[in-house]
Amino acid sequence: MAENPILLREQRFYQIKALLARLRLDAAARLVVLVDKDGQQIAVHGEQGDVDTTSLASLAAGNVAATGGMAKLIGEREFPTLSHEGERESIHISLIGRVLLVVVFDERSSLGLVKLRSKQISHELASTFAEIERESRVLAASNTMPFNEITDDEIDSLFSESQL
Amino acid sequence: MTFINYASKEINCKIVYYGPGLCGKTTNLQHIYDSTAPQAKGKLISLATETDRTLFFDFMPLELGTVRGFKTRFHLYTVPGQVFYEASRKLILKGVDGVVFVADSQEERMDANIECLYNLEENLRAHGYDLMKIPYVLQLNKRDLPNVIAAGQIVAELQRKGEPVIEAVASSGVGVFDTLKAVAKQVLTELRGAG
Repeated sequence: MAENPILLREQRFYQIKALLARLRLDAAARLVVLVDKDGQQIAVHGEQGDVDTTSLASLAAGNVAATGGMAKLIGEREFPTLSHEGERESIHISLIGRVLLVVVFDERSSLGLVKLRSKQISHELASTFAEIERESRVLAASNTMPFNEITDDEIDSLFSESQL
Repeated sequence: MTFINYASKEINCKIVYYGPGLCGKTTNLQHIYDSTAPQAKGKLISLATETDRTLFFDFMPLELGTVRGFKTRFHLYTVPGQVFYEASRKLILKGVDGVVFVADSQEERMDANIECLYNLEENLRAHGYDLMKIPYVLQLNKRDLPNVIAAGQIVAELQRKGEPVIEAVASSGVGVFDTLKAVAKQVLTELRGAG
């Protein structure tokens, strides 16, 4: 395994969802997405409409990785926030430890408000995620992960089911 | 990094297709995208130049099915093959769970293959990974072209650790799913050992 897996238990997931719901309300945002720095969507809250949040997560991570690379080239450690302003919709991304908080907003809000509310919630998100990482390490070490007993047949049947 | 969500009952893994310029990494993803049922896949995102060369990465999410009640979802990425996109190529490897090295079987591309494989090992190391320990598959692509080197000879040059070797013609889909299966299987098998 490249790295220990991150295990998100139900209680933590709903805790994160509640934080995102609060942020969405306080920032008058359209959509809030929490993304792992590697591009995997963790949780989403708001008006999804036809927004493909899986692609949004991957592109946000790529965006942050690219600007992080640029930061290093000019002697900065990273750029902790990124903003993209469109004609109607805008995106604000903040780096919080190993996760990215992506806020999509329109004319009902403003960049200043989104920045402020994102910053206010970042400590809670950071400490929640630190707990998740700690729990993941404990679970991985305890041999109680659900896939410890997975058999070759089960893995093979996955491929026959999907008709790959 | 594998992400297991107990609330949505999902396992998410990241697989990266690596290889020299024009070896067929994007073609592999395009074939997977064209051949899978709409409900199993998300959008294929290609960040490419105007001449269709990969600029940053291609990405597509693919759902394979359910194991132990968990939906298994693979996030497939390609890197830009051209040498001058080195900085971007390195970024894509972050958090990778499995790697496919797509080798171009043509005689004149052997040096590029060797250089790129060396570059893969370096870039993995920069992220703290070891090619010898990570799920890994070697694909020999473009086997239909007239000027290809014998498979055995390429394997002798490029195989690192007894990894599965798949002969392929990605443009017509030959070997594409066998490659994906070989790497996905290793990634899932690794989950068993993660504890």
